[in-house]
Amino acid sequence: MRLMFDRQLDELKNMLIEMGALIEEAIKKTMQSLKNGDIVLAKSVITGDNDIDDKEMDIEKLALKLLLQQHPVASDLRQISAALKMVTDMERIGDQAADIAEITTYGCVLPPTGLDFITQMAEETSLMVTRSIDAFVKKDLALVKKVKVMDDTVDNLFMQVRSEAIRLLSSSQADGEQIIDLLMIAKYFERIGDHAENIAEWVDYSITGIHKSHSSKE
Amino acid sequence: MIKSKTIYKLQDINLWYHDFQALKNVSMDIEEKKITAFIGPSGCGKSTLIKTLNRMNDLIEGCKVTGTIQLDGIDIYGDIDVNLLRKKVGMVFQKPNPFPMSVYDNIAFGPRTHGIKRRIELDEIVEKALRGAAIWEEVKDRLHKSALGLSGGQQQRLCIARALAVSPDVLLMDEPTSALDPISTGKIEDLMSELKEEYTVIIVTHNMQQATRISDKTAFFLLGEMIEFGDTEQIFSMPKEKTTENYISGRFG
Repeated sequence: MRLMFDRQLDELKNMLIEMGALIEEAIKKTMQSLKNGDIVLAKSVITGDNDIDDKEMDIEKLALKLLLQQHPVASDLRQISAALKMVTDMERIGDQAADIAEITTYGCVLPPTGLDFITQMAEETSLMVTRSIDAFVKKDLALVKKVKVMDDTVDNLFMQVRSEAIRLLSSSQADGEQIIDLLMIAKYFERIGDHAENIAEWVDYSITGIHKSHSSKE
Repeated sequence: MIKSKTIYKLQDINLWYHDFQALKNVSMDIEEKKITAFIGPSGCGKSTLIKTLNRMNDLIEGCKVTGTIQLDGIDIYGDIDVNLLRKKVGMVFQKPNPFPMSVYDNIAFGPRTHGIKRRIELDEIVEKALRGAAIWEEVKDRLHKSALGLSGGQQQRLCIARALAVSPDVLLMDEPTSALDPISTGKIEDLMSELKEEYTVIIVTHNMQQATRISDKTAFFLLGEMIEFGDTEQIFSMPKEKTTENYISGRFG
């Protein structure tokens, strides 16, 4: 009876999975290029951001079409409106991966101790994105909770990078440019973590009907 | 939010047409000066229920009702004057049913039945009712022409005006726009939002977008049972019952 609508909803989910995969790929390549000083790879992340932007537009178009054609209610409405909000944060993550890649193209070399923290931040945030989208598709609240906890880990890692930057500065073990790059890249990943948490909050809404920011205001 | 006053109190309503049970243990409080929508698939009992509210079922042979329905604290299936009940509770049907007489006489019909004869008084009632149903401007120059010459949408608003002419407290509407085009439907919907300032409106509708747009409360019925009853926004965004969700999102029906 709602065969077509169900198909379109599946398509929407698949597009979100695809966009998530593009983001994970961007984070992965960003890290690789940073570690190996691979400027060509870093540039491919920057140009690849266009694909993420295109995906965002395609998802928005489909979501708006579904609102127009299907007049969704209840969980259908929540899923479609959540998808519309999620893609904005996903697109921002893509931008930030490209911002990090841009720093790499200037020939940035991070101090080894800092690079370890950054590698961990990249792994955590990439997994946060995967889990948020997974949670959306599977309507899995446990995964949503995991993502929220992971953001604390990312914030913690950022604080550790900050301490490390101060230590490097005071012990003159790295030059100023390296330390500034380290801090900026750490900040970008910290923001990526926040965006991933935002995605998880909208997934939470699509499952429960309650959005954290709305309920805290009431 | 302050809970508004209950106008109808239904307790354990069961209704049979001969052996067929059309309503099963329906209990609900309907709030005054709100729009309450009854939704559900065909045969779910929603039209049957709305008809019990002014005892239209009395006319159907083999119809038996148990339980109590109180209107302003008075049991309407008790020892009361049914004509008085129907004066307090007006009804508008799916198909506009103007009487084959002039616009004026359609509206004056009810008040005349209730003993109002003076021309000045009737003129006043007719104008007020037609204005109340947002059709005065369209018919004021043809009050004494046949109501059957009006368009479907105008006829339906005329029927609403006819119901308003006896100053009811409640307006029952059984799919009032299902035979109308979108423009006329829009006019009736706008009108309903205005009517709830003064009247309690109860509407049966198959159009769920309509229920979402205009009603404050929604009750969902299935196979004679009331499955869920709550604030319209809650019912359509976060229904408590899976069956409600399945129906409103078109998984069955």
